[in-house]
This record gives sequence, structure tokens and C-alpha cells, in this order.
Amino acid sequence: MRSKNYPVPLPLLFSLLGLAVVAAFVGSLLVGPADIDIGELLAAVLAGEEGSTTLIFYEIRLPRAILGLMIGATLGLTGAALQGFLRNPLAEPGIIGVSAAASLGAVLAFYFGLASLFALALPFGGMLGAALGVLVVQLLAGKSNSPLTFILAGVAVTSFAAALTSLALNMAENPFAALEIMFWLLGSLADRSFEHVWLSAPFILLGCLILMTVARPLDALTLGEEAAQTMGFDMGAVRRRLVFGTALSVGAATSVAGAIGFVGLIVPHLLRGLTGNRPSLLLPASMLGGAALLLTADIAVRLLSPGRELKIGVLTALIGAPFFLYLVLQQRRRLL
Amino acid sequence: MIQLSVSALSKSFGARRVLENISLDVRAGEMIGLIGPNGSGKSTLLRCIAGLLTPEAGDIRIKDELRDEIDPGLLARQLSYLPQSGEVNWDVTVEVLVALGRLPHQGRWRALTGTDREAVTRAMEACDIASFRDRLVTELSGGERSRVLLARAMAGEPDILLADEPISGLDPGHAIDVMDRLGRLAHSGKSVIVVIHDLTLAARYCDRLVLLHEAHITADGPSEAVLTEDNLARCYGVKAFRGMAEGGAVIVPIRRTGRAEDSDVPSNEG
Repeated sequence: MRSKNYPVPLPLLFSLLGLAVVAAFVGSLLVGPADIDIGELLAAVLAGEEGSTTLIFYEIRLPRAILGLMIGATLGLTGAALQGFLRNPLAEPGIIGVSAAASLGAVLAFYFGLASLFALALPFGGMLGAALGVLVVQLLAGKSNSPLTFILAGVAVTSFAAALTSLALNMAENPFAALEIMFWLLGSLADRSFEHVWLSAPFILLGCLILMTVARPLDALTLGEEAAQTMGFDMGAVRRRLVFGTALSVGAATSVAGAIGFVGLIVPHLLRGLTGNRPSLLLPASMLGGAALLLTADIAVRLLSPGRELKIGVLTALIGAPFFLYLVLQQRRRLL
Repeated sequence: MIQLSVSALSKSFGARRVLENISLDVRAGEMIGLIGPNGSGKSTLLRCIAGLLTPEAGDIRIKDELRDEIDPGLLARQLSYLPQSGEVNWDVTVEVLVALGRLPHQGRWRALTGTDREAVTRAMEACDIASFRDRLVTELSGGERSRVLLARAMAGEPDILLADEPISGLDPGHAIDVMDRLGRLAHSGKSVIVVIHDLTLAARYCDRLVLLHEAHITADGPSEAVLTEDNLARCYGVKAFRGMAEGGAVIVPIRRTGRAEDSDVPSNEG
């Protein structure tokens, strides 16, 4: 509409975000520990040759890039949706306990040795944990539609899941198992296969679709819960959709890539002003922004320390934690 | 034409009865001032009508149809509620905020159409805010902000507008501005119910006053019949100066007459 509301025209903003995603996706396909010439790689893939080059492309880099795309989009979207619903720019997928519960589920799969029995036990454990976490949050929050009870229930689930995760680490008989759990908890997209893609994709897509349906109610929430309700939006239903959409998408994402924090916090914050502070526009923008950011971070970890690869969850935490602090200070200043 | 009809409505919070057997008919083109001391149930009644609270007993009908049986989307197009809080969570521009009033017409996916934009412009012009449509909400003064929020409630062009203390915290000039707009809206054929504490403005702008006291309607009618010395003493516990100026009543509380029938119990509503 107007220049003040949108510093960058919306079509341009979305085109730029889209371009950033495409560039990061292609970049992710081209970068890796195997020293393959870009021209050679493209020629081999386009010609459909069979050999180590195409094998690396299809078995290692493509699934990794697809997961980066999906998981980044999920984290950005859920961050924006939760911030809109809770009307709090500090909200994050982790806040409603989904990430912690998903981590716990996957850790238990490690702990009981299920992960070594069959590879898919890990993602299944994560999604089961996420689903249970959501159910407990729903039970704790009860019939109240207030964001505060929601946050408190999320904090309770997060603390309890973290405590049980620590217990599993503490009781692990085998130090290697504990180390494996630790590494998995750090969050990474490395060494994932198409199996992980197929397993998580349906849940991630369904979750994201559900989350897109809350866009308009989130706009209405700009005026507060009562006004939104009198504008014909059932806030209880909005909350349920938000919880289940987040559980499906973040649960599936966490279970294949571990806990990758702060993407859902940073991306909506950076894009909010550019979308005129409108939640319904921030959702798709954060989806694109999240994908671009995570793909870029995943390229960065491969370039920064090629030998012992830095875990992407560690990188996002290193950047995200100071950012979180900055946001808290900014909020405090506004309150004073 | 009766636009809104409340019959035998009762509502309690725990053991405390806040509304008891309330019946009220509101016509098209009528502006009703809902008055009464704090805790008398004014906001509760408004929130029951808006659907934010569920009464224990009684019916609310909109154009002869039970409110609970009307589709929520259709209801939101017929009835608009202006909350007292004045909450705005994200720093949007005035025009974007007013356009939120069109959400009940847009549903989940449809973008703003020409009709929507015309309604938004009409609401902004009616509230005299079109000149600063591009400013951010945080840059507005209290008076400007209240007119912007009123324009949002009007932008849906509902048949019934419920306003909960829309002039609290406003200086006299801005209070008159808001009441004037609500009055004009009513006289264009809509129904307006406004919760208000300023008795002079209530008498001047409302066609009818409904005085709530201790969960009941104590008086319902034109201001001269409602704002009697006896009613003011009994319900508000005040002695007031009552006079006339420029063809309208002037009611100024002067002193307390005691707390004979005090309904000022702790409550979370006005």
C-alpha cells in the first residue's frame, strides 16, 4: 500500500527472499568436504552419469540441501506464527516445549539402544516425544486461551523434558552412547539421507499447511484476543491448529536434525519491519527467510571447519544467544 | 425495527450475581448509553452481547434470530465490539489498522477488494483520521488513537456497534469528538450501545439511557427520566447539580451522599 508501511515493495521483498532461497539451495549442493569441481559436478549430474560424483550429489548433498530447506522454512514459519499468537517477539518453537520434548523422544531412542537396532527409531522417537509434549501442554493450559498459561505450560514441559534428557545422559552405561546423544543434541544436517527426507517431509508439509491457516486470525490478534474473537475467529481453534501444526513440523524437523535453536527467533524479527508488522505477511516471509538462513548457515559450517565439522545447532546458538540477549535488553528499555 | 433484543439474561461470576433478569430492546437508529456505578455489570452485559461471555440464562437475539445460532462469520459482520483496552500489539499504520475491521468480510484467504477499501476510506473520513492514514499507531496521541480504533470498529459497517468506555481517558474535546461520531453512526440507521461514565455527554448524545445498579436495570428511558436526583443518590451515592445548557442536560456530581446501596465490590470489569 504505502511506502511507510512497507520500506521495500512487497513483490520485490518476496522475490528477493525467493532468490536468496534458490541461491542458498544451489550453494548448498555445490559445497562439501569432497573436493569436486563445480563444473565437473554439474556436467556429471546433468549428463546423468553414474559414478562417485553423482553418488555424492544424490546421496549426500541433495538430501542435506532439501532438509535444510524444509527445516529452515519450518523454523522460520513456526517462530513467526508463535510470535504472532503470543504477541511476543521473544517466542520461539522451543517455547511451547515441542523442541525439548522431541529431543527427549529421540534421546530415549538412543538410550534404549533402539537407534542402533533400526535407524528410523530416532525420528519416530522424536515425533512421538513432540506429540506427547503437545498433549501435555494442552492439558496443562486447559481451556484457557490466554498466551500466558500457554507459555507457562511450555516452560514446564521444557524443564521436565530437559531434566529427563539429563537423566538419560547421566545414566548412560556406555560413554560412547552418551557422546552420541550429546552430538545429536547439538543439531546437524550432516550425513542425512533421503530416508530422513521421506520420513519427515509429509509431517513438515502438513504442519506448515496447518500453520498457514492461522494467518488471518493472527492479523486480528493485533487488536487483542477479545477483538479477534468478536471478529469471528475462534481463538481456541486457532490455538489448537497452532499447537498441532508446530508439533508436526517442528517435531519432525527436530527428530531428523536435532535441536537447532534461534532460527525461529531471529528470522521473524529481521523481517517484521519489512512486512509492515503484519503477521499474515510475516508467515510466508519468515518461511523463505528461515530456509535461506539455515541453508546459508549449513554452507558456513562446511566452509568454516572442514575437518571436524561444526554442528549447525552450535553455530545458530552462538549467533542466536547474543541476539536473544539484545532483544531482551531492547524490550526492557521499552518497558522502562 | 428491533435490531437487538436481550431477554431475561442472567450472569454470575462464582457466587456473585452480576446480571439478573436483564431485558433490553435496541432499535435501528438508536444510541443507547449504558450507565451505572463501577461493578454494576455494564461491561459484563456488553461482553455477553458481544459473545465474549456466556450468560447462564436468557436469550440474545439479533434481528429475531438467536445469536448463538448465527454463523460466527455472519455475526462478526453484523456486530462490532470496541474493547476498552485499546490494545494494539504490532506497530502498523493507521490505514492497515482500520482495514483490520474488514477481516470479518474477508474470511481466511480473500484479499481486500475495492468495496473493502471504500469502506475503510469511509470509516477513516467519518472519524477524521484520513489525513494521517500513513502514520504508525505508536506515533499517535491518545485522542487520535481512540478515533483510529473507533474507525476500525466502524470499517466492518456493522448494524450494531458495542463500545466499552470509548471516551475514558480522553480530554473533553476528544471525548465529544468520539461521542459525536457514535451519534452520527446511530442516526444513519445503526444501533449503538456505549458504556459511559460521563453523565452529561451520555445525556446529550444518547437517545436512551439504561441505568444498571446491583445487577438490575434500575431505569431505562430518556435522560431526564433516568438521571433523576433520586436515581443518582441511590445508584451512585452522589448529590449532583442538574441543569440545562444549549438545549441539553448538564449533570455534574457535587458530593457523596453516603454509600447506602453500594455496589462497589471488587471486580475486573468497569
